[in-house]
Amino acid sequence: MSAATEAAPRRKPLDIVLDGVAAIGRGAISGLRSVGAVVLFAAEGVSHLARPPFYGRLVLRHFIEIAYFSLPVVALTAIFTGMVLALQSYTGFARFNAEGAVANVVVISITRELGPVLAGLMVAGRIGAAFAAEIGTMRVTDQIDALTTLSTNPQKFLVAPRLLAGTLALPLLVVVADVLGIMGGWIIATAKLDFSSLAYLKATTDFLQFSDVMSGLVKAAVFGFIIALMGCWCGYNSRGGAQGVGGATTSAVVTSSILILALDYVLTELFFAR
Amino acid sequence: MSEPKIRIRGLKKSFAGKQVLDGVDLDIAAGSSMVILGGSGSGKSVTIKCLLGLITPDAGTIEIDGRNILTLPAGEREALNDRIGMLFQNGALFDSLPVWENVCFKLLAQNRIPRAKARDKAAEVLAQVGLAASVGDLSPAELSGGMQKRVALARAIAATPDIILFDEPTTGLDPIMGAVIDGLIRDCVQRLGATAVSITHDMASARRIGDAAAMLFKGRIIWNGPAAELGHTGNAMVDQFANGERDGPIQMELRR
Repeated sequence: MSAATEAAPRRKPLDIVLDGVAAIGRGAISGLRSVGAVVLFAAEGVSHLARPPFYGRLVLRHFIEIAYFSLPVVALTAIFTGMVLALQSYTGFARFNAEGAVANVVVISITRELGPVLAGLMVAGRIGAAFAAEIGTMRVTDQIDALTTLSTNPQKFLVAPRLLAGTLALPLLVVVADVLGIMGGWIIATAKLDFSSLAYLKATTDFLQFSDVMSGLVKAAVFGFIIALMGCWCGYNSRGGAQGVGGATTSAVVTSSILILALDYVLTELFFAR
Repeated sequence: MSEPKIRIRGLKKSFAGKQVLDGVDLDIAAGSSMVILGGSGSGKSVTIKCLLGLITPDAGTIEIDGRNILTLPAGEREALNDRIGMLFQNGALFDSLPVWENVCFKLLAQNRIPRAKARDKAAEVLAQVGLAASVGDLSPAELSGGMQKRVALARAIAATPDIILFDEPTTGLDPIMGAVIDGLIRDCVQRLGATAVSITHDMASARRIGDAAAMLFKGRIIWNGPAAELGHTGNAMVDQFANGERDGPIQMELRR
């Protein structure tokens, strides 16, 4: 025992510091490599949208899966968010006698931010997970290899239709979320806060600008693309059976949620920074 | 001897420093049925995946009809896959599609055939593997293991390939269903005049479907000859494997 202890060379403090720096470097390189791989994966998926054969039937199927079947969860999220927003802003603004601004706050918050972000997060949980689980299962059961042997490019068949469907479906969901979110605010304002219905709606329409809605829809299209991309990427690269598919599903939801929040800031900066 | 349909020379592949294929040389004659034998981890699946283009080997050549397929451009490689059918070990049927779309997948995906005609074609091919047309409307999850294998076989032959690869076609099936699948494989290959390559460690299956056999051991072909000779080849390793004997030159590495 004592001989073994003597044989082990003592590490210098500088070596320990350098090992730490090397570990950070390895992590950074690995992170950059992953980002590069995702970008190439996305570029290849998008490039297949411009090259035949086209799978319109699959685009429609995924569009319905995203837009139609996510409607209840997005609608409920939007309507309750609008209600809470009206209530919170009323109690906050009452301190400054600015209760009249409730309609303005609700409409701008919903259309610019909360509609696209909350719809994006809800769809990331539902669709990102579903895409990752389906494609991940196909990976571990050789179905993706089977596509290749059937002269079908897996990216063209699995990824490109989902990217297009995600990009088109989320703006549609956000239009619904915007309408229901504003309606949620109106319900609380008129039923609980004694606003006049007409006055509230007039304040909403007077204050609402086309650019508010458009910026929300552009954000939604980007978020839809990101959700579909991360679902496909995590599923496509899953390994190791059921555990691998479970990990891919979790990664898809977590990474797309983080990317939605980060890109929301970037896009807001682009649209509204003076 | 005439030019082989498939000629493999010096095929090497390693994963994380482990040499899985270590210079595989094999000729497969046109229209013949070759069975590649070998224990688990001997490189059978890797060999077949190299043939399919799913794995790129580190070294060596694979020629089909005299052309090295490893150097083909992507477009030509995809076109070559049109001529190859593959039956995966677990069937690898697409869960999201009904059976008839699975069977005619290649024809539909390339818009070679309208959907209405594809349904008729699927019924015709399902009949060739002993399944009723009504099976076409079921989902793969509703089928038994034997039926899934037959649907996978139907998918492999639907586009009339001239090379068909079978990955452990009888694994997980009872002996009678195994014999049925082997008979169907034999019939389909003969009817199409295709060249077949199967990998298996089911010796009864190997004798039924193979004209020729080869054995992979530690990444190399250690014997090849007529499938009928399996069990009495004169090669101690092959005979031990074919007869399923515990004692012999092949020693399983078991931790005690």
